[in-house]
Amino acid sequence: MTSIVVIDYGMGNLRSVSKAIEYVSSASRVQVTDDPSVVRSADRVVFPGQGAMPDCMRELRARGLYEAVVNAAREKPFLGICIGLQMLFDHSEEGNTPGLGILPGRVKRFANDLKDAKGHKLKVPHMGWNAVEQQGPHPLWKGIENHSRFYFVHSFYVQPELASMSVGSSHYPLRFSCAVAKANLFAVQFHPEKSAEAGLQLLANFATWNP
Amino acid sequence: MGLAKRIIPCLDVTAGRVVKGVNFVGLRDAGDPVDIARRYDEQGADELTFLDITASSDQRDLILHIIESVASQVFIPLTVGGGVRRVDDVRRLLNAGADKVSINTSAVENPLLVAEASSRYGAQCIVVAIDAKRVPESNPVRWEVFTHGGRKATGLDAIEWGLTMQNRGAGEILLTSMDRDGTRVGFDIELTRNFSRTLQIPVIASGGVGGVEHLAQGVLEGEADAVLAASIFHYGEVTIRQAKEYMAQRGIEVRL
Repeated sequence: MTSIVVIDYGMGNLRSVSKAIEYVSSASRVQVTDDPSVVRSADRVVFPGQGAMPDCMRELRARGLYEAVVNAAREKPFLGICIGLQMLFDHSEEGNTPGLGILPGRVKRFANDLKDAKGHKLKVPHMGWNAVEQQGPHPLWKGIENHSRFYFVHSFYVQPELASMSVGSSHYPLRFSCAVAKANLFAVQFHPEKSAEAGLQLLANFATWNP
Repeated sequence: MGLAKRIIPCLDVTAGRVVKGVNFVGLRDAGDPVDIARRYDEQGADELTFLDITASSDQRDLILHIIESVASQVFIPLTVGGGVRRVDDVRRLLNAGADKVSINTSAVENPLLVAEASSRYGAQCIVVAIDAKRVPESNPVRWEVFTHGGRKATGLDAIEWGLTMQNRGAGEILLTSMDRDGTRVGFDIELTRNFSRTLQIPVIASGGVGGVEHLAQGVLEGEADAVLAASIFHYGEVTIRQAKEYMAQRGIEVRL
């Protein structure tokens, strides 16, 4: 039985993440934890996040989870979600915040004057179901049709320094990276736990992924 | 492909059952919330909104159990509103499995609530619900905010109130036309478009849907980011999928 840990650093509800993994993977033992030693001993780690990145970084440090997250991201199957993707990078425009620096790149805010093809205002946050173009194969895309829609809710997006790191992209209206991968690490801007079948498939893939 | 317009069925819940009213009064039973939520998910609903219209506070916890059951079986965003008065109510609903909490009356009565809840849990989970009613003979037309399920006039201008809520940290506005709610003659398009053009955050149009053409109108003419309806879905007149297929034919991007 594989143990999957969802890292809890006090920033909101993690129940949906753990419930969704339990739903798709009865062979996994899912635990929500803020204990660094539990993170260290887990087989797989999910790093979610919501709210503002400065708060997330502060809480991560306050709970002594910083090292454990950095190490997990280098060593074992690791899935970042939403702010859990953004925090992996060097720096975010949100509150001019340094990130964990695991991946080279920056986090930027959507402009306020975006318009769609019909000239209608595009709202920020980018909220709802957007199509994800898979930029090449990856075990976590298995069984998910290219251009499937996933649920997003965010005002900031990542700009990886290395284009090759991006494994999924969406348009709003500019094209932005919404999934990155590097060795044992996979991280997404959207919420697989709220993305119906496509999202559940991705979580099921993660539960059995052996990078 | 870009962001899809969302179709959101709304479930008014009281005493553990889904009900549907007409013009805020006269309730009819429409079924079990968990059954209905699963059915909508299977039909391709983009989100679900639960409004707890329970009057007495001793039955408030029922909604928490309902959300817990739904959240362990249905993996799309869930919004819950009704009777949210304190930041602690927001916390309890989020912990039960809600992704967003909708605040209406208390946003007016307690000016700090939206700002506090938003800074603690993030704007993404704070929806401000606005019940707006046309001010008779206003020129140019204005809308007034009503609270307490539409019973109490506030004197607030609806659009200004929407801007205030955006500035205080609302992530989204659920905009209901009281003039249209339950009438099945379509959204108040002028109201919806005014909101959508004025605000930077997404606007969900609500109130008055009697057929699929109204859903399309809300997006095409009202410029809404999402459309919410209850009765046309509850009584099986139309499935979510049929509604989406119709909207796609009208050139609207939807998740099919």
